[in-house]
Amino acid sequence: MAPLTKALDSGEGLGSYQQILVRVQHLLQAKWKTVLVVLPFFWLLLFFLAPFFIILKISVAEPLIASPPFSPLFEWTKDGAMTIRIIFDNYAYLWEDELYANTYISSLKISVISTLLCLLIGYPMAYAIVRASPTAKNILLLMVILPFWTSFLLRVYAWMGLLADQGLINDLLIWLGFIDSPVRLMYSHFAVYVGIVYTYVPFMILPLYANMEKLDLTLHEAAADLGAKPATTFLTVTLPMTWPGIAAGSLLVFIPATGEFIIPDLLGGGNVSMIGRVLFNEFHANHDWPVASAVAIALLILLVVPMMLYQRVQAKETEGS
Amino acid sequence: MQKKKSTFLLTVLCFGMAFLYIPMLMLIVYSFNYSKIVPVWGGFSTRWYTTLFESEEVWDALLLSINIAVVNATFATLLGTLAGLALVRFGRFRGRTLFGGMITAPLVMPEVITGLSLLMLFITMKEFIGWPDKRGFTTITIAHITFSMAYVAIIIQSRLTGMGQDYEEAALDLGAKPLRVLSDITFPLLAPGMVSGWLLAFTLSLDDLVIASFVTGPGANTLPMLIYSRVRLGLRPDINALATIIIVTVAVGVVIAGWLMFRQQKQKDREIQMAAAANK
Repeated sequence: MAPLTKALDSGEGLGSYQQILVRVQHLLQAKWKTVLVVLPFFWLLLFFLAPFFIILKISVAEPLIASPPFSPLFEWTKDGAMTIRIIFDNYAYLWEDELYANTYISSLKISVISTLLCLLIGYPMAYAIVRASPTAKNILLLMVILPFWTSFLLRVYAWMGLLADQGLINDLLIWLGFIDSPVRLMYSHFAVYVGIVYTYVPFMILPLYANMEKLDLTLHEAAADLGAKPATTFLTVTLPMTWPGIAAGSLLVFIPATGEFIIPDLLGGGNVSMIGRVLFNEFHANHDWPVASAVAIALLILLVVPMMLYQRVQAKETEGS
Repeated sequence: MQKKKSTFLLTVLCFGMAFLYIPMLMLIVYSFNYSKIVPVWGGFSTRWYTTLFESEEVWDALLLSINIAVVNATFATLLGTLAGLALVRFGRFRGRTLFGGMITAPLVMPEVITGLSLLMLFITMKEFIGWPDKRGFTTITIAHITFSMAYVAIIIQSRLTGMGQDYEEAALDLGAKPLRVLSDITFPLLAPGMVSGWLLAFTLSLDDLVIASFVTGPGANTLPMLIYSRVRLGLRPDINALATIIIVTVAVGVVIAGWLMFRQQKQKDREIQMAAAANK
């Protein structure tokens, strides 16, 4: 204690303390960019990238009745050497079992059709919003964004009520005289399509809107003035110009819809097989972690190309603006 | 010709908005239904609200969800802002491509994959370093920060590209140190983006079911997990009441935010007009 007080009294210690402070400041001035990037970078490396290598590892392990329920990848033999065990049984199992192959195909089919339906509804809506007056535009945009801020789960739940046997849609159809007794709408492919289109259509409208807003709308007036029919104008002028918006919106719907869990679980029940639901059940009900990991890796491989495409579209959009 | 076109667009808008809003309206209407069977009308009643408020389970889940959402939003805004800054303002640095990829990937990554892989990470970490010894609040929050920061980074990126570099360059020309420019010019200009990022991260966290279901532990039930466990067995009038409260709260919030933004824009337009008039 005494030397410290002495040093403080003489001012020497304070000097070196200040020196350290100055040096820290210099370091911060020179390296502040690195200091700022390191935090988010390492966060993502640890919590986003590393987990994929871990499930990759578990997907080539052997299921065991233990905790954790899989064999370790690295094992040390008695003489200290390390052995690595890689077992492709889980993938072989996915490949051989028709159930999984069919589920992947069915998921892809459902998300492709849903994406097209979203495009069919979202494209004219985005176009109509772009053409609206500035005040109406703000209100309409707010209306498209609003459902996005409410609960996804509750919006799916809303359709459970509408599609129920005694629900509004059946009541309406009976009242209109189309049917005599309620038809089964819940727990069907139809219900899943409605659910996906309903929850994902804002993801289609917003990128399309962002893209269309930047367009020069006088161009297709020019085309019309020059005698092009509306269909020709649309195909040769509007469609090519809105291509980046279509690509971004479609990928934003297609990729998450393929792995969707809540919608097939609540609206599809046991009648609609989608991979997200199989993965969830494989993990929670069967506790087969290696197979669940293999299912996840296979899904990731399936989506890697669309994901990279999205990355490119996104990068182009940011560069363009 | 022009008129025919606008009627078509108007019809599209009406049907589109009806499609988006009728289901939510019906959810609200049936929350005031006396009948226990949701789609069968049995007269007006607020009894499901009473049932909801009396449920301790619901309050516990709400409290946990809000706690997670607040901590998540704060950290996600911090990390997401840094990430956005790095990608737009720092030029090229080592690992930039990887960094950019890791920032956009969580936006489209299926939730089941994120959830499963994070759980496996937590289990592996526990095996090696003994942490996290209990799954629940901490693990859910970490998982949420990881995907929320991506959304914040996107908002910050677009705000940074939108606002240009004029003010920052002016400050640098006047002799301000780069760090000073960051704290006195860039951050204040970014504040509105950071606020919307915070709010988005907050709602994303409050909304997440799938990822939280994977990384949670015994006893930690978030609000979406509670709702899910109830509705997967069928329609529940008390969930309609809960949905109504959530939808109305969000709608009021969004409308107020929209109105404030609209007013600000108008004010700005007026100032620009006045400045233009004064210059004449």
